[in-house]
Amino acid sequence: MDDSRRNFLKTVGGGALLLAGTDAMASPTHGGGPPVNDDAWGCLVETSLCVGCRKCEAACNENNALPAPETPFEDRSVCETPRRPDDSAFTVVNKYQSEGWNDPAPVFNKFQCMHCNDPACVSACIVGALTKDPRGPVSYDADKCIGCRYCMVACPFQVPAYEYDNALTPRVMKCTYCLDRTSKGQLPACAKICPEEAITFGRRSDLLEIAHMRIEEGPEVHRKRATLLNHVYGEHEVGGTSWLYLSRVPFTEIGLPELPEEAPSRLTEKIQHGIFKFGFLPAALFGVLGATMALFRVKKRVDEEVDE
Amino acid sequence: MSHFAPIKTVKYFTPGTLVVVAFALLGWSLGLYRMVVGLQSVTNLDNQYPWGIWIAIDVATGVALAAGGFTTAALAHIFHKGKFHSITRAALLTAMLGYTFVAIGLLFDLGRWYNVWHPLIYWQGNSVLFEVGICVMAYLTVLYLEFVPIVAERFEQGVQFWKPFRFLEAPAKGLVAGLNKIASPAMSLLIIAGVVLSCMHQSSLGALMVIAPTKVHPLWYSPILPMLFLMSAIAGGFPMVIVEAVIAHRSFKRPQHLKTLAALSRYIPVILGLYMIAKIGDVLIRDAWVYLLTPSTESIMWFIEVGLGVVTPFVLFLLPWTRRTAGRLFLGAALVVGGVMLNRIDVFLVSYNPPYATWSYFPTLLEVAVTVGLISTIMLLYRFAALTLPIVEADEGGAS
Repeated sequence: MDDSRRNFLKTVGGGALLLAGTDAMASPTHGGGPPVNDDAWGCLVETSLCVGCRKCEAACNENNALPAPETPFEDRSVCETPRRPDDSAFTVVNKYQSEGWNDPAPVFNKFQCMHCNDPACVSACIVGALTKDPRGPVSYDADKCIGCRYCMVACPFQVPAYEYDNALTPRVMKCTYCLDRTSKGQLPACAKICPEEAITFGRRSDLLEIAHMRIEEGPEVHRKRATLLNHVYGEHEVGGTSWLYLSRVPFTEIGLPELPEEAPSRLTEKIQHGIFKFGFLPAALFGVLGATMALFRVKKRVDEEVDE
Repeated sequence: MSHFAPIKTVKYFTPGTLVVVAFALLGWSLGLYRMVVGLQSVTNLDNQYPWGIWIAIDVATGVALAAGGFTTAALAHIFHKGKFHSITRAALLTAMLGYTFVAIGLLFDLGRWYNVWHPLIYWQGNSVLFEVGICVMAYLTVLYLEFVPIVAERFEQGVQFWKPFRFLEAPAKGLVAGLNKIASPAMSLLIIAGVVLSCMHQSSLGALMVIAPTKVHPLWYSPILPMLFLMSAIAGGFPMVIVEAVIAHRSFKRPQHLKTLAALSRYIPVILGLYMIAKIGDVLIRDAWVYLLTPSTESIMWFIEVGLGVVTPFVLFLLPWTRRTAGRLFLGAALVVGGVMLNRIDVFLVSYNPPYATWSYFPTLLEVAVTVGLISTIMLLYRFAALTLPIVEADEGGAS
């Protein structure tokens, strides 16, 4: 695929998404979770194109009004030590290198909230402060939040960060999918600024097609002549994620964990709803205990009469 | 007929009490300090380890060890084992104080503690934590209502408040009498509701970590975690009552109720045995036992938890030797209590391995001090209640 087509997707994709109605097509998720809207947004990261310039970090910082970083965004040396997104940086780019790779050149990888199709954090949240927007984003409402941090326990990507230094109004901090921009049909700040066009924003279902196409096209067509692995990270992981990744080296070696296809919340919700469906089990237990109590009360009375 | 009375033979303040007061004051000062400065400078919590000992001990262990309340209530009031009436009030007091301090401990941990009531209006039925929260709130209410008749009984005997609070005497008496009119006739319902609510949230507490299959070590991660939590809470119930009774009677210079406690301990090997089968069977069936063959923090902790906290007391309580003195009963019971506590610490902390971990969580001294302070406060309130309310039976019924 040539660059002009990619640009087209980048600029038009967002706008087209706005037109997506509620009757949009839906595909079942792999993990057996709720169906995913085919028009839901996605971001495809081509790790082999990323050069680690940190412009996405700077754009994210600016758009989300985050505090100035300790080391300026121009300093690329910070990519050398693996970092995680935190309360002051919703996205980070890390550098990975291994002698074991066919091409030992470094690979840069970008991390942020994956905006899962079937998010564990949303299922875990005690008050529904985290919600899954049918358009893709996982959003956070600080006013509802009680600060229990169960979302952080639940997230398989260790993404939600906490403002531990804020005594009174701490927030859970993570990528917002630049909802202020994306809901207006604009690209997320990181995708917009990327000079290498390593991030493609569009319909998730389209991006999956594109991703598989790029894998099939092979190194001859690839801009960096890279042979991509036949695996789109995020297509099936934990029920699928909005953010999708392509790589020429194993994902576990560039900081993406190996995860099952089923979303973690499938099992907990099954247990939860299985036990408490219509309050049947608790009601049954109540009945059994009540009957036992009555029975033993009678037995005790009879015993006492016998004693007398 | 049981005869409960406030303990009049000992003074509230002793050198020992003062030490506990010191720990309580230290804990509360640090807890309030955390409220002012935030979690960062007091705890070792971070983005890798969002939960520490305030959740694993103050909340999870607190809930588990308060199970003495509902297990004893079920035994004495549902199965009508009359001879255990003498220990029900102490068990109820422990449960009530335990759950109260679960709530208080949680407040120290919550980032937005002032929103703690939000689950009442923002329902999230998919959340296991929501179910735990609602059940704990409901059960706490049930526990307070179950306790009302005890306070009412005391008021009927005539009460004189400390002078500065004398003006509260009449309203307090009216309030208690009014509440008692609701609570007393509904006692059977309250007791059953207490057991049902306990079974619900004790098990749901175990379901909490099921949402993190890739983070929780396979030695503890199991789809039957909810069942294991419920079973271990029940298994820890009677031992907790024994531990607390032995300490209290010693502290109050009362003869130990050896006969009652020994009789109670006969249930322990049955309940603990079932838990032991489930716990070991779970590790075998899931093929997680292979992790026990290599030495690691996890495997060592598992062996301590199950070996010292489950198998050893199981064997001890099978032996008549254990039932002969209060000290031996205490030893066996303390092992079970320690085992339940260690299990909660293992499930919530030791087994928790975040994917990008750069260290292993260990609490700060300040976190430990807050936890110790809360436990100290429970002990002080227990002592206060036993000295002012009819909690402890004057003499062991039938025994001498």
